[in-house]
Amino acid sequence: MLEFPRWKVIGITLLLIFGILLAVPSMLPDKVVTAFPSWMPSERINLGLDLAGGSHIMLEADINDVRKQRLDSMEKTIRTVLRGERGKSENIAIGGLSRANGKLSFMVRDATKVDEARERLNNQTKGAGLSGERDWDIEVRDSTRIIMTPTEAGTRNFIDNAMEAARDIVDRRVNALGTREPTIVRQGDDRIVVQVPGLSDPQALKDLLGQTARLEFKMVELNANPQDLAKGIAPVGSEIVPYPGNPTGEPVIAVKRQVLISGDQLVDAQQQFDQQDNQPVVSIRFDAQGSNIFARTTQQNVGKPFAMLLDGKVLSAPNINEPILGGQAQISGNFTVESANALAISLRSGSLPVKLKVVEERTVKPELGQDSIDKGALAAIIATMAVLIFMIVTYGRFGVYADAALIINILLILGIMALFNATLTLPGIAGFVLTIGAAVDANVLINERIREEVKRGRRPIDAVQVGYKEASRAIFDANITNVIAAALMFWFGTGPIKGFAVVLTIGIVTSVFTAVTVSRMFVAGWLRSARPSKLVI
Amino acid sequence: MRLLKLVPDDTNIAFLKWRNVAMAIGVSMIIASLALTFVRGLNMGVDFVGGQSTRVEFSKPVDITDVRNKADAIGIGEATVQEFGSANEVLIRTPVPKGGDDSANAAADKLRAGILKAYPDAKVGSVDTVSGKVSGELLQTGALSLALAMLAISIYIWFRFEWQFGAGALFALFHDVSLTFGFFALTQLEFNLNIVAALLTIIGYSLNDTIVVFDRIRENLKKYRKMDMTALLDLSVNETLARTVMTSLTMIIALVALLIWGPAVIFGFTAAMLLGLFVGTYSSVYMAAPWLIWLHVKSDSFVPVDGGIGTAERVADDGARV
Repeated sequence: MLEFPRWKVIGITLLLIFGILLAVPSMLPDKVVTAFPSWMPSERINLGLDLAGGSHIMLEADINDVRKQRLDSMEKTIRTVLRGERGKSENIAIGGLSRANGKLSFMVRDATKVDEARERLNNQTKGAGLSGERDWDIEVRDSTRIIMTPTEAGTRNFIDNAMEAARDIVDRRVNALGTREPTIVRQGDDRIVVQVPGLSDPQALKDLLGQTARLEFKMVELNANPQDLAKGIAPVGSEIVPYPGNPTGEPVIAVKRQVLISGDQLVDAQQQFDQQDNQPVVSIRFDAQGSNIFARTTQQNVGKPFAMLLDGKVLSAPNINEPILGGQAQISGNFTVESANALAISLRSGSLPVKLKVVEERTVKPELGQDSIDKGALAAIIATMAVLIFMIVTYGRFGVYADAALIINILLILGIMALFNATLTLPGIAGFVLTIGAAVDANVLINERIREEVKRGRRPIDAVQVGYKEASRAIFDANITNVIAAALMFWFGTGPIKGFAVVLTIGIVTSVFTAVTVSRMFVAGWLRSARPSKLVI
Repeated sequence: MRLLKLVPDDTNIAFLKWRNVAMAIGVSMIIASLALTFVRGLNMGVDFVGGQSTRVEFSKPVDITDVRNKADAIGIGEATVQEFGSANEVLIRTPVPKGGDDSANAAADKLRAGILKAYPDAKVGSVDTVSGKVSGELLQTGALSLALAMLAISIYIWFRFEWQFGAGALFALFHDVSLTFGFFALTQLEFNLNIVAALLTIIGYSLNDTIVVFDRIRENLKKYRKMDMTALLDLSVNETLARTVMTSLTMIIALVALLIWGPAVIFGFTAAMLLGLFVGTYSSVYMAAPWLIWLHVKSDSFVPVDGGIGTAERVADDGARV
């Protein structure tokens, strides 16, 4: 037990030196570390947002928006598919297409064509999930009515696809704000977490991410009469949409359902100022195909107004004074410079496939984080000093060995955290301080056991040997329980708590190593060289 | 050099003599704590009930009532305002608005703007906004992880020792966790995600003590096969007493330093761990060990074998083999 072959001593020493070297960069200021020669480790411990300051925002897909989108697109599909294609499939006349309770239902006018209609729609559904479920259920009732129900699996599938695309778009938007080193990751099925270090007022960021930025141009319905409009009745083929800035004072306006052109066909969007009234506007440019469509429709509709809609709301509804041929357009609508700029960014990065809402925000000002670091470091230093003194007073020489093991342990924890680029959070600092108190536990167990064995009259070497051996079992068992607790913490915790669990786990592993193996190496070295006849412990 | 000995050599305290009284007190404390928790309720932070919590720093001490009135006037629900860390800092908490998640976010912005308008010298230090749905999930996983931790650790002890030891450990853990809940219900310190982490840590560390005592019991069971169980437990507790006191002390030293000099944000977290540590120390003796008597642990559960860590110690166990 006390025989330490030379290779083992060298191995342990090298390991300790390596670990301690890794800890060095984290304890020095930035400037010093960047000036290090290249062979020196320069990895440092990451600071969590609660220490570094910054903003954590969790976005969640708006499930209601998803459901509505699916109904919208299926409604469109029903109309196109059943209308048929000239020369290929015949038209199946339908009526009474309506939505109720999240389902679509319609009548097939000719009862003999119900099966054909069902077949065509069935081809439009997709498999969703592994169970062989489809994304829509189709049901025929009373032999002429078809009811289409969106399945949960289909909704999940949609969200899954949408979130992947949404993550990229969020990424582009956050980066466009020019913040430093943002992290954007998907979490779970329907969430995206955005973390921006150093950002203390996330308002602009939230505004940017809260915008779906679905841009659509539609013709204004001129045949709507104001009484019907007020009652919410729109002419066939039209819909009523909100228009907050309507010059007539009416908060709504009727527009044609058909989309002239949408934001998908944009190649660029920039904030600019209007040449006439100097108001902030967003100038956009369409791609080749979009330019053609835009040119054609504007040619056909000179003199008529069209509406520019953003996320279902009308921004403005100008008249088409002349055909617009260059594929350029200007969006106006009571913008400030900031909001115009935000819209330009959103349009450039593409529209989000699904509406996102902020379900969690945690923001810490960098100054507050620094304050936490300072206080935490002070507490850690005081705790360490107190424990070091206490151990020497109680165990004398053996206390010194335990202290040496503790100091090595602290450096190793920092070193390993730096090596794995682990994140230190505020609870992590607490975990660190707690580890300082708990790490000597193993030495206390060993030393108390040695005391007992000495009392029983064992010779020093035997007492030390038995002490280490007998105590190891309890040390092992006790630390396993801590690892179990830390593992569960890691599983359930959010960022800061995960950080705490990581520190705790690293601390447990290193403390068992330093308190048992390293301290035993010290004690064995002393016993061999001094050959004491009596142990003072 | 004379070394400090906090616990004298060869103590012979009849700890287990008081096991019935101690257990009665322990059970009453559990009941009282749980009753307090249910009746008075925990001061749940935004992590678990949703809403928002905003930390504001002023250039000079402010009147809490004044801040509360101004926050209420913003019109986003009833605000709770408390001093935080120093007289210049307050924590303002407002509930989840009725309109759902979208309005929660809007409310956060309103509050920030409103406070800055009322107190132009104020600085918003941190903002936590959690929607009702997210907080519900956090509460659920938090509770689940606590239950799982207790169970997993007890099962581990059952594997390593005997089922009676596992049962004793589970009871002791339940006691420690209940009392911590009671402490939070009593003091109305904010109960948040950090506290759950603290509870998990308590579960881990309070078991340290229990395991050290159990390990000694197992050792003595093998050594003194004819000894009366109560005497054997007393012997084991006395033998490990010095270590128990020492370890608890070093951890208490570290935590007190954190409590006094550490950041205000983790005050509740540190307090919870300190309490758990204290409770966990005596619970290993009085809440865990008596079960070994009541559940009739026998010395032949551990047939002596020659040394070796973790070698086949259990050969003849009565129905507890897994």
